[in-house]
Amino acid sequence: MRLTCPLCGERDRREFYYYGAEDYLHRPGEGASLAEWDSYLHLRDNVAGVVRDLWYHEAGCAQWLVVTRNTVTHEISGVELVAERAK
Amino acid sequence: MRVDGKGLIDRTKPVRFRFDGRDYAGYKGDTLASALLANDVRLVGRSFKYHRPRGVLTAGSEEPNALVEVVGPSNKTPNVRATVQEVFEGLVTQSQNRLGSLRFDLLAVNDYLSPFLSAGFYYKTFMWPRAFWEGLYEPLIRRAAGLGSLSGRHDEGVYEKAFAFCDVLVIGSGPAGLMAALTAGRAGADVILCEESHALGGRLLSDGGTIGGLPAGDWVAQVVAELEALPNVRIMARTTVTGAYDHGTYGALERVGLHKPARPNLPRECFWRIVAKHAVLASGALERPVAFENNDRPGIMMASAVRTYLNRYGVVPGRRVTLFANTDQARGVARDLMAAGVTVAAIVDPRPDASSVEDCPVHVGAEVIGSRGRLGLSGIQVRKGSEIIEIETDCLAMSGGWNPTLHLTCHMNGRPRWSEELAAFVPMEGAVPGLVAVGAANGSFSTHGALVTGHAAALKAVEALGRKVSVAVPEAEDMPYRIKALWAVEGTGRAWLDFANDVTTKDVKLAAQEGFRSVEHMKRYTTQGMAPDQGKNSNVAALAVLADATGRGIPETGTTTFRPPYVPVSIAAMGAGGRAEGFAPQRFLTSDQASRDRGAPMIEAGLWYRPSYFPKPGETTWREACDREVMMVRQAVGVTDVSTLGKIDIQGRDAGRFLDFVYTNTFSTLPVGRVRYGLMLREDGHVLDDGTSARLGEDHYLMTTTTAAAGLVMRHLDFVHQAFCADWQVRFISVTEAWAQFAVAGPKARELVQSFLETPVELPFMGEAPVRIGGVDGRLFRISFSGEEGYEIAVPTRYGEALFRDLVARAETMGGGPYGMEALNVLRIEKGFITHAEIHGRVTAHDIGMEKMVSAKKDCIGKAAATRPGMWGPEREQLVGLKANAPISAGAHLFVPGTEVHRETDQGYVTSVCWSPTVGAWLGLAFLKDGRARHGEKIRLVDHLRGLDVICEVTNPVFHDPEGEKLRA
Amino acid sequence: MRYSGLKVITEGLFGNRGWTPAWRDPAPKAEYDVIIIGGGGHGLSTAYYLAKNHGITNVAVLEKGYLGGGNVGRNTTIVRANYFLPGNSEFYSHSLKLWEGLEAELNYNVMHSQRGLINLFHSDGQRDAFVRRGNAMINQGDDAILLDRDGVREHLPYLDFDNTRFPIYGGLLHPRGGTARHDAVAWGYARGADRRGVDLIQNCEVTGIDIQGGKVVGVQTTRGAIRARRVGIVVAGRSSQVAAMAGMRLPIESHVLQAFVTEGLKPVINHVVSFGMGHFYISQSDKGGLVFGGDLDFYASYAARGNLPMVEHVMEAGMTLMPMIGRAKVLRSWGGIMDMTPDGSPIIDRTHVEGLFIDCGWNYGGFKAVPASGWCMAHLMATGEPHEVARKFRLDRFATGHLLDEEGTGSQHNLH
Repeated sequence: MRLTCPLCGERDRREFYYYGAEDYLHRPGEGASLAEWDSYLHLRDNVAGVVRDLWYHEAGCAQWLVVTRNTVTHEISGVELVAERAK
Repeated sequence: MRVDGKGLIDRTKPVRFRFDGRDYAGYKGDTLASALLANDVRLVGRSFKYHRPRGVLTAGSEEPNALVEVVGPSNKTPNVRATVQEVFEGLVTQSQNRLGSLRFDLLAVNDYLSPFLSAGFYYKTFMWPRAFWEGLYEPLIRRAAGLGSLSGRHDEGVYEKAFAFCDVLVIGSGPAGLMAALTAGRAGADVILCEESHALGGRLLSDGGTIGGLPAGDWVAQVVAELEALPNVRIMARTTVTGAYDHGTYGALERVGLHKPARPNLPRECFWRIVAKHAVLASGALERPVAFENNDRPGIMMASAVRTYLNRYGVVPGRRVTLFANTDQARGVARDLMAAGVTVAAIVDPRPDASSVEDCPVHVGAEVIGSRGRLGLSGIQVRKGSEIIEIETDCLAMSGGWNPTLHLTCHMNGRPRWSEELAAFVPMEGAVPGLVAVGAANGSFSTHGALVTGHAAALKAVEALGRKVSVAVPEAEDMPYRIKALWAVEGTGRAWLDFANDVTTKDVKLAAQEGFRSVEHMKRYTTQGMAPDQGKNSNVAALAVLADATGRGIPETGTTTFRPPYVPVSIAAMGAGGRAEGFAPQRFLTSDQASRDRGAPMIEAGLWYRPSYFPKPGETTWREACDREVMMVRQAVGVTDVSTLGKIDIQGRDAGRFLDFVYTNTFSTLPVGRVRYGLMLREDGHVLDDGTSARLGEDHYLMTTTTAAAGLVMRHLDFVHQAFCADWQVRFISVTEAWAQFAVAGPKARELVQSFLETPVELPFMGEAPVRIGGVDGRLFRISFSGEEGYEIAVPTRYGEALFRDLVARAETMGGGPYGMEALNVLRIEKGFITHAEIHGRVTAHDIGMEKMVSAKKDCIGKAAATRPGMWGPEREQLVGLKANAPISAGAHLFVPGTEVHRETDQGYVTSVCWSPTVGAWLGLAFLKDGRARHGEKIRLVDHLRGLDVICEVTNPVFHDPEGEKLRA
Repeated sequence: MRYSGLKVITEGLFGNRGWTPAWRDPAPKAEYDVIIIGGGGHGLSTAYYLAKNHGITNVAVLEKGYLGGGNVGRNTTIVRANYFLPGNSEFYSHSLKLWEGLEAELNYNVMHSQRGLINLFHSDGQRDAFVRRGNAMINQGDDAILLDRDGVREHLPYLDFDNTRFPIYGGLLHPRGGTARHDAVAWGYARGADRRGVDLIQNCEVTGIDIQGGKVVGVQTTRGAIRARRVGIVVAGRSSQVAAMAGMRLPIESHVLQAFVTEGLKPVINHVVSFGMGHFYISQSDKGGLVFGGDLDFYASYAARGNLPMVEHVMEAGMTLMPMIGRAKVLRSWGGIMDMTPDGSPIIDRTHVEGLFIDCGWNYGGFKAVPASGWCMAHLMATGEPHEVARKFRLDRFATGHLLDEEGTGSQHNLH
C-alpha cells in the first residue's frame, strides 16, 4: 500500500499512522452537548465506499493528511494536508 | 529412466543426493523429482488422509504429492516440493507423513476405513464421552494429520528481505513474459523479470517448437542474452511472485540458497517487496487432472509434466507410456516420447471427433476408467463405448485441459470469468490495477498468442510511461485450442479431485447431498482446495462436479477465492530480520556502557534499555541493592539517567496558548525560568500523559513526557495543532535524542549539582535555568520524582556519558551513587507519584484526585468528554495508598474484610507495590471504589495467583513527606 | 437425523447414501414472528436460542450469502474467557460454559479443544497487568495460573528464551482456553435451529428495514418483503450499513484483520500462545496447520484482505518468539471485517426503533462469543430485557461514559 504525501511524494504505508475518519477534525465548540461529543468521538458513517480519513506521516514530514480513499478497493483518489485545509 | 541426448541438465556435472537413506545420482539442473524419476523412483510420498502411495504428479510448484523433507546440517525443512527443489551435491531428503517406511505405512489402514472417513465424518462423531475429545480422539486425529514435521529447533538459517522498484514487473518468462520484457526493456523502462524456475523460458523449455524460424530454445537464449545485457532490466530467477497488494506492491520469494549446500551467511531465501508502476502477468497455465477411479497412483502424471521431464530433464517416467488427454496440444507429448524412442502404449482421447492418426494406437471417444498397481501404476482400464480395454502401462500422462494461472488477479478480490470456449476461468480485466494478464495466463494458449499479447501489454505500459519502442513479434505456432471439458469419468469407485487432501468426487457429491451446496460450504466441508496446492490442480474440477451434483452451471456455482501467497512462503522469509534482537529497534542511553560497567542488569523499558539496579559487592538480591539505593537517595544523593523521557521543544508566540489547550492546567501564566507539572487528557476525557513543562523564554517551552507516551504525545500535539489551530504561531519538535538528562536527588543533591556548575545557580523548587557545565551549555531543572530535593541536569547528548560518569564518581565521594529503575520505582511509590501503571488509559483526572487541575477558565482537550456521567463519581475506583505489614502485590484485587471474594464484591485492584525501606512497611498504590472517602479503612487484598491474602490499611497515596518540605528545602 | 459414531459406521457400510441435508432450503414466508438479519455465528446462535430457550420458532434467518460466510468462517478459532472488566468477565465466562456443553447441545462435533491458552509477558508491568486479569478471572469463577519463566519453559520449550529482544518473564495460563473448529460452530447452530423450525434463508440480502410509527414491521429483501414485529440486526462486518437502513449511525469503524495458516505439520504447538510485545498469537489446528494472526491493518476497510506491512510484522514476531516455526510455510492469508467500537467491547441492545434490536461491535473477539451472544440476544428479543451477563453492552455507553475499555486505548476505533 502506497500513499502520496503532498510534501514528500509517494511513500510506503509503513511510514504512516492511521487515526480514523475525518470526523475527528470537526471538534465541537465550547458548550456543545454531550450528544454532540458522542457523535464527534464515536459515531461514524463508516461507509463501504469512498471515505475521507486521517493519516499522519509519522516517519516523514509529521504532517497530518486527509486521504480520500475507497474502503472496498483501497483506491486513493486524493491526499491533502490537514493544516492547509484548516486555514 | 534417463534418455540420451535430451534435456537441459549438465551431464558433465553429476551430483550425489540421498532420499530415504539411499544414495542416488543426478545432474546439475535436475530437480529432486526429475532425478528420482531418472532413478526409477516412483513412490515418493503418502497422501494426507488415506496414506495412499503417491508419486510425482507435476513438474512445478503446484505439486500436490511429491512433498518431502530436506534434511540440512542444522535443521530440516518439511513439505518441500520435489518438483522445485534442485539437487546439489550432498542433498539429503526423506519422505514424510508415514508411520513405518514409505512402502509399508501402517496408517495405510485408513484407506480401508475410507467408507467411514467420508467428508465431514468428524463433525458427526467423537462426541461421547465428552472428556475423551481432548484426552483421546483429538490427539489421535492430530497425530494422524499433518504432513511433514518441524524439528522443534530454532531456525538459525539466514533470511533476507528487500525492496525493489520498477516501471514494469514481468511475472513469468515463457514466450509471453520474454516478449513483454524484451519490449519494455528495449524501450528503456526499468524492468524486473521474475521467473519461478532456475531457467528462463517457461514452457518453451518443455514444448520446443520454433519462434521466428529459430528453435524455441535458441530464441529463448537469444532474448535472455539481450535482456541480460540491458542495464535497465533485472532478471530474477528462482523468484516466485507470491502476492498482489495495493497500489502496485507485489510480494516475491527468491530461493537464494536452497539449491546449494548450506554455508554461513548464504541466505536461504529473500522476500521481496516489489513496487511496480505496471505489471504483466505471464504466469502461464496449469494443466488439470481428470478424475477417474484410482487416478492417484504413482506413475499417473500430468501430460505436460511428462513432456517437461523428457525435454528439459532427459527423463522418461516409464517404459510404456499412455496418454489420456482431451486437447490437440497434448498429442505433442506422445509425439515427443515416440521421437525419443519411448513406447507409447496408446492415446486415449475422450473427444469423439478427435483425430486418430498417430504413430501409436489411438482410442477416440474413450475414457480411462480405472488403474492398477499397488505402489506404482501397472495398467489401466479404458472404456470405449461398451468395450473395456486393458492396457499395460507404467506411466499415464493425463490432461484435462488447462487453467490459466490467474491467481494473482484474484488477490484483490477480483473474481475470474468463466469462458465456455476454453472451459476454464480467465482473469477479470482490471482486477488488480496496473496488472495485465497475457498469454496462457489470459487464455491465449498458442505461442503466437503469447508473443502477441505479451508484446501488446508491454507496449501499452511503455506508452503510459511516455516511452516509444518498435519491436517485431516473431512468427510462431498458432494452433487453435479445441477442448471438450472432461472433469470426471463416470464410475462408482473413488476418483480423486484434490490429491493433496484426499478429496474424491464422492466427497463433493456427499457435501451436495447434505446441503453444502454453496461452493464455499463444499470447500469447507470436504477440505477441497485447502491443501498445500490450494486447489491449483483440483478446484475447477471439484466445482464442475458440484455444479453437476446441484444441477447448476459452473458460472452460477461460482468459485472460491485465491488468496496470497501464490506458493507457500516460509515464515522465516517473510519474518526475515525479526529474529532475536532484530524484532524491534534498540535504544541505548548515553550512560548505557557506564551502567553495564558497574554491573547493572539492563531491562527493557519500551524500546529503551535502562539499568535495573547497581549491585555492590556482597549484595545477593536485587532487593538488597534497591533498598540501599533508596536509602542512599533519602539520606545522601543518587544519580539516575532520565533521558528516556520525551522532550519536546515548543516555540512561538502562541506556545503558551497551545499548552493551555493541550494540558488541563494553565501554562501561559508560567513565569520564565519556572517549571510546572501538567496533566494531559485524551479527547475522550481519560488521562493521556503527565509530565513537566518548563518555560525557557517568553515564547519558548520545553515539555517532558513519560517514556512510554513520548511518541504518542508528539503525534497528539501535531494533530491538535494542524487540525484545530494551524494558524497559531507555534512550532515544536522532538528533542528527546538531543539531550542527555540526569536526575540528581537527595539531601546532598544541591551540593553535588553546584559542584558541577561553572557559575553557581540557586533554583527554587520548580525552577529552571541555563547553566554551563565543564564548558558546555546545559540546562538545570529543579524537579523531583523521588520526593527529595531533586535536580535534573541536561546536556547535549554527546556529553551525556562523560557527565554521568563524573556525576556518579563525585556522588560516591559524598556517600551517594547511581540508582536504577527499581529504586526509582520505590521512591516514586513512597511519594505517591503515578506512572503508566496507574494512568493505564481507563483513568480520569477525577480518579487520580487531580480534577482540580482541570482549569475551569479555559477549554482543553478532553475537558468536555470528562464530564460524561460515567466518568466521575464515587462508584468509580479512585487512587489510594495501601500500607501493610506483609508482602502485597500489584494485580491483586481488593475486598471488604469479611465479605466473600468474587466479582460482585470486588472493590478495586492494586497497580504498584514496594517494600519501603523509608517507611518500613509494604506500600501500594491502588484504585478503590470511592477510595478517597475510605482513607483509614482496612481492606482485604487477595492475589489468588500468588497466594496472597493480606489485610491492608487504606491511606493517602503520599507516604513520604506529605507536606513536600523536602522538595522545597 | 441424529449423528453418532454408530451412524457414521452404518452409513459407511451402505455407501453413505442415507445422509440427509443438514438444513432445509426454504423459501421465505411472508411473515415471521422474528427476523434475524445475518446468518453468521451470532445470528444462527440467536435463532437457535430463540427456539430452544424461548420457544419462539417462527423465525427466519436472512443471509446475504451462505451460512457462516462471515467472520465465523475466517478467524483464528480461539475460545477463551480471560477478560477482567466487570461486564466482559461474566459474559465471556457464560460463553465458555456454553462452549463446554456445545457438542452435546448441538449433537455436532465443533471440536472444542481446551488445550490451554498462554499469554506471555515481557516486563514486570505486563506481569502485574496479567495478574490483575488472572485474579479477575478467578474472582469470576474461571481459571488462571501464573507461570514464571521456568513454568513457561515447561509448557513451551520451543520458545526462544535466550536470544530475544523482549525476554519472556512468564505467562498467564488459562487452562480452559483453547480452540474450536470455526465452521462447525456455524453449521452446528444452523442445523440445530433448522431442526427446531427456524427458516434459514440464504442468498437473501436485506435491502431495507420497514418502520412505521417508530416500530419495526418488516424488512425488504432481494427475495421480497418479509413482515415481522421483531427484527434483530446481527451482521458484524456490515453493521453500519444495515443499521443505516433504520436511520442509525453506530459507534463503529470497520477494519481488516488478517490471519494466516501454514501447510499441515505434525503436532508441534499444543497450546494457544500469545506474544506480549508484538501482535502474534498462534495455535495448531487438528489438521496440522499453524493458525496465527496479529493486529489490524489499522486502516478502515471492507476489502477482507490486507497488506504486507502487517503480514511481515506478524511473521517477524513469530520469528523472535518461536524461531522453530521459521520453516513452516504460510499457505494462505485472509482478512475479516471487524466492527471496531471505541472501547473494544460489543453491543447487544435495543435501538430507538421499537422491535428492532442490534448485536454488533465484536471487534476481533466475536468467535468465542458466539454461544453467549446468541443466548443473550435471544433473551433480549424474547423478553425485551437485557440478559444479566450482557447488561453492560449498551449502545449508549459511549454517550454516558460507562465504558468497557480492556485495552485502555480510548475512543479510537482501531486501537482495540
